[in-house]
Amino acid sequence: MGESSRPCTVWLGSETGILKGVSVSRRQAFNFCDSSQLSRQHEVRTLCWADAAESELLVAAVDGTVKTFSVEKGAFTDMRSCGDSAEGCFVGLAVLDSGATLVTCAESGLLRVWRDESGEPATEIRVGSDVARMRQNPEHRHKVATGGKDNCLKVWDLENPEKPVFTAKNLRNDWLNLRQPHWVKDMAFIPGSDKVVTCTGHHQVHVYDPSTPQRRPVLETTFGEYPLTALSLPAAGGSVVVGNTHGQIAVLDLRKGLVRGCFKGLSGGVRSLQCHASQPLVASCGLDRFLRIHSLEDRRVQHKVYLKSRLNCLLLASRQLEEAGESLGDAEQEVKDEEDDVDEVWDAMEQVEEREENLKRKTSEEEEDSPKRKASGDENPKRKTEEEGENPKRKALGEENSMSETSGEGDNPEKKTSVDEQQQKNKRKRKKAQA
Amino acid sequence: MDITEVPVTQKGKSKKKKNKSDKTKSVEQPDKMETDGVEVKEEKTDAAVVFPPTFSVSEIKNKQRRHLMFMKLKQEKRKQKMELKKKKKRQEKLLGKNAPPKQVPKTIENQRVYDETTVDPEDEEVTFDEATDEFSAYFNGITNPKVLITTSDRPRGRTVKFCEQLATVIPNAHVYYRRGLALKRIIPQCIARDFTYLIVVNEDRKVPNGLVLCHLPEGPTAHFKVSSVRLRKELKRRGKDPTEHSPEVILNNFTTRLGHSIGRMFAALFPQNPQFVGRQVATFHNQRDFIFFRFHRYIFKNEKKVGMQELGPRFTLKLRSLQNGTFDSKFGEYEWVLKRHEMDACRRKFQL
Repeated sequence: MGESSRPCTVWLGSETGILKGVSVSRRQAFNFCDSSQLSRQHEVRTLCWADAAESELLVAAVDGTVKTFSVEKGAFTDMRSCGDSAEGCFVGLAVLDSGATLVTCAESGLLRVWRDESGEPATEIRVGSDVARMRQNPEHRHKVATGGKDNCLKVWDLENPEKPVFTAKNLRNDWLNLRQPHWVKDMAFIPGSDKVVTCTGHHQVHVYDPSTPQRRPVLETTFGEYPLTALSLPAAGGSVVVGNTHGQIAVLDLRKGLVRGCFKGLSGGVRSLQCHASQPLVASCGLDRFLRIHSLEDRRVQHKVYLKSRLNCLLLASRQLEEAGESLGDAEQEVKDEEDDVDEVWDAMEQVEEREENLKRKTSEEEEDSPKRKASGDENPKRKTEEEGENPKRKALGEENSMSETSGEGDNPEKKTSVDEQQQKNKRKRKKAQA
Repeated sequence: MDITEVPVTQKGKSKKKKNKSDKTKSVEQPDKMETDGVEVKEEKTDAAVVFPPTFSVSEIKNKQRRHLMFMKLKQEKRKQKMELKKKKKRQEKLLGKNAPPKQVPKTIENQRVYDETTVDPEDEEVTFDEATDEFSAYFNGITNPKVLITTSDRPRGRTVKFCEQLATVIPNAHVYYRRGLALKRIIPQCIARDFTYLIVVNEDRKVPNGLVLCHLPEGPTAHFKVSSVRLRKELKRRGKDPTEHSPEVILNNFTTRLGHSIGRMFAALFPQNPQFVGRQVATFHNQRDFIFFRFHRYIFKNEKKVGMQELGPRFTLKLRSLQNGTFDSKFGEYEWVLKRHEMDACRRKFQL
């Protein structure tokens, strides 16, 4: 069981109660189910990592249970009951103190902090009614944000649970002096500051700044005509990815509030979006039963996986999405290291007498030019670099080359002629041009 | 000046044309017959003429000559085709059983791109998903279908007749006038009165063009485009009006997951136990994402022959969107939406 769960980099929860793990590099999807019988009561509502090392997952179901799934073992290890279905489904799950404390929020507005396996919650806060989402600040883990239908965004500090740290104010009355409807569907904390981005059911995106005295949104934009259901912040910052009920996903710029581009391919409503922590990728899942991974740079679909049930929530591992990508990176490094060895090998090898014609043509020229070429031999590798990042590395290589040349000369002065050196330089140039 | 008579050819018009064609050829090969033209022309037209390889019929500027050359080209091609056919037939006769198998012509249905969402009947997850979806109450025999048919506001002629005929086709169906009521207000009332389906026929310029099919307790809402509606009196060779017996239902070619959902939606419109006494059958045939609805009465003449009479209205549907939950086009979550630019780009890819 563990062998199938360890390579999985994307975890999804479905409406049928099955936890799905997808290994993108192997192009396989695995189903992990707790009981032998499937039931709609086990419909997965939220997923969350139980610890920073990402070895355990917390799965919250409709019937009020929170199960722990171990990635190493590939099985469900623990289960605890955190409320019942009468209070509404879970809309948010968070973890404090590296797994000891659990924070859950239900649709009816009950935000509870659970400690140490006890049956009763340690703290209980009423957040209002009709909560749509609760999210935790990844930097200040004791702060959570909640919002819902006609329920403004509130930021709570779990250490002082009486009053919210920040309550947003509704937008101004419109031109007919009527109260504007407000429906927060998803939110995210912008790293590096106190700001919160929310997306609403009235196709608006708001940015709030609790550090300013202004309680109304600092930035307001709209996208499309349908309710926005999911939101995610890319690692690069300055933009936000939103998805709506029609299956349209777009990346919006947070500085001016303009649409930068759309991601095509989804045919059903988006239920969950997540951007990868380091790679420019965004994963989306929804009612059309597909997991799609788009690249943020060219907005094309990189991977598309059919998972047979409607998908509710999504969780990405922070490590590289495709493990094949990692191994490729290693291979590149090995190639660079090999070049030094290769040069030494060439120096140590006997000359090959293939191109005698060239030799004959070139001998007269080379005898004159060879001292010049020796001097410029250092500069060639430097000239050939394209990326500046590699320059120091290449310069080092170049120095090593010159070192090896001189050492080679010192070792075998008799074997080498200027002709051989020219041949070897040609070969090296060709190799570097290819690499 | 002296008037010299120009000798006029005595042959008819057709031969004039052949002269012209000769002349076109002579343009290409200046060294060919200028003197012999008239007499030898018939043989020359049949003889193999060598054109430079980059010559195409469209380069001839004269329309009549060009047309003639094109006709000849077509005749040549057709000749080759017929020869090939004859050859194949001869081969088949000679070889008899060992003849190579006949080639199947390519059709769009043949070339359909494989859809990964095609339902595998042995898949447990999909069977569980279907067994516990919104139609499970119907398929487990708990509820019986009760359908409410209505139209968009202020319907005219054809739409009213269409609704009436639909009501005769679907058992336990009731037609009500819309009278400007909001759908979101009708729906809770329907649920209170145990209706299981709400059908709204949309009208445009006195012709029905849309259909909203809403499964009632909390079920999905499907929006279709309706085209090609033929009412009863427009059908030729039709039988008498349908009776009150429950018809059998045939659902053809709903293979993908989405197709399964839509197929189940249609199946849930009719009562679970058909009355075979009535010999009536309603068919929903899916081809290339268009759903054709037909209503027939059949009779078995002997074991192999069936006689069929088309009875009821005939129409074509195309799915536009499937929404989770009851009718809520603004705030509802869509399970599938037709996006023409993305989905209709490939001719061989179908969704249902």
